Amino acid sequence: MSEPVSTIVPAAGGRVPAALRCLAVVPAYNEEATVASVIREIRSCNEDFDVLVVDDGSSDRTRERALAEGARVIRLPYNLGIGGAVQTGLQYASSHGFDVAVQVDGDAQHDPTEIPKILGPILEDRADLVVGSRFLGEGEYEPPLARLLGIKLLARIVSLLVRQRVTDTTSGFRAANRRAIALFAADYPHDYPEVEATVLVFRHRLRMLEVPVHMRLRGAGESSITFRWSAYYMVKVLLALFVGLFRRYPTPREEDK
Amino acid sequence: MTPLRVSVVAAAAALVLLFVIFELIRSRRLQERYAMLWLLTGIVMLVLGLWRGLLSSIADLVGIAYPPSALFVLAAFFILLLLLHYSTVISKLSDQNRILAQRLALLETRLGESHGDSDSR
Repeated sequence: MSEPVSTIVPAAGGRVPAALRCLAVVPAYNEEATVASVIREIRSCNEDFDVLVVDDGSSDRTRERALAEGARVIRLPYNLGIGGAVQTGLQYASSHGFDVAVQVDGDAQHDPTEIPKILGPILEDRADLVVGSRFLGEGEYEPPLARLLGIKLLARIVSLLVRQRVTDTTSGFRAANRRAIALFAADYPHDYPEVEATVLVFRHRLRMLEVPVHMRLRGAGESSITFRWSAYYMVKVLLALFVGLFRRYPTPREEDK
Repeated sequence: MTPLRVSVVAAAAALVLLFVIFELIRSRRLQERYAMLWLLTGIVMLVLGLWRGLLSSIADLVGIAYPPSALFVLAAFFILLLLLHYSTVISKLSDQNRILAQRLALLETRLGESHGDSDSR
């Protein structure tokens, strides 16, 4: 239905976006209430986007709702967690030759009308990964105090590690170009991946930028990080960051210069 | 009081354990997720090895006459905990393995059936 005709036509007018193949990766775990509207919204404001829903082993009708909207759907055989789901989407993007992949969560907390904002720096080739940050002035996101402290602490630590100011390490609203897609398709952290993925990008000498976005309240469902798990999550991420300091990473290839 | 030598040996063993865990994570042979319980074990062993008073008071509390025995009791407890943890992990893995096998077999069948229909590839 939504074959990207624009990719077949050579970019005649010099309009860069038309020549790029863009994929919206929508990880969804039991999001039957919101996934259809997320797909529609992505399409309505970003016409040449292909939409890929990665159904992370849902037990509800997430997959059917997505198929009914004409989205591409990958159904994972069982729940892999957000990290495994997103990586699957990026592997698809990589193997199908997409130039840009944008992650938009299936719970509708990301506003698809803001996709052009996080796409901007990629199109201008100013960054390999762009993250929509909730803490750069836009919107009025106010998490519970404990979560806010955790987010701030992680932002501080990551900023120190990568020597660049990072304000929102847990945002899943991200855009990646071919380089970042290739990196993540090969190596993506487990469980709750965003923090480690941010550091990984810098370790591989890719460029990362944040742009301000606002987030909506979740359409339905709970945060994937409940209070019970947040302490475990913090310890695990800190451990991963610490050990990561002692790993050696390949130096960038020739093409990256 | 715990004999000094036991403390030193226990602390050294705990340090070796912690280093091995660290190295396994670094070389990606152990995921952080499964390392957490090991790390906790190592840290508890280290603390008990160094802080000799704590071990004595724990021994007193549960009525163990010889404090180093308390160390071994605790070590055994953590080993049991780890084993139980891995039993749950194995259960999950075997469940996922079954699902994978079923999905693969169904796919293979479907592929074979569609082959029979048309040989244009």
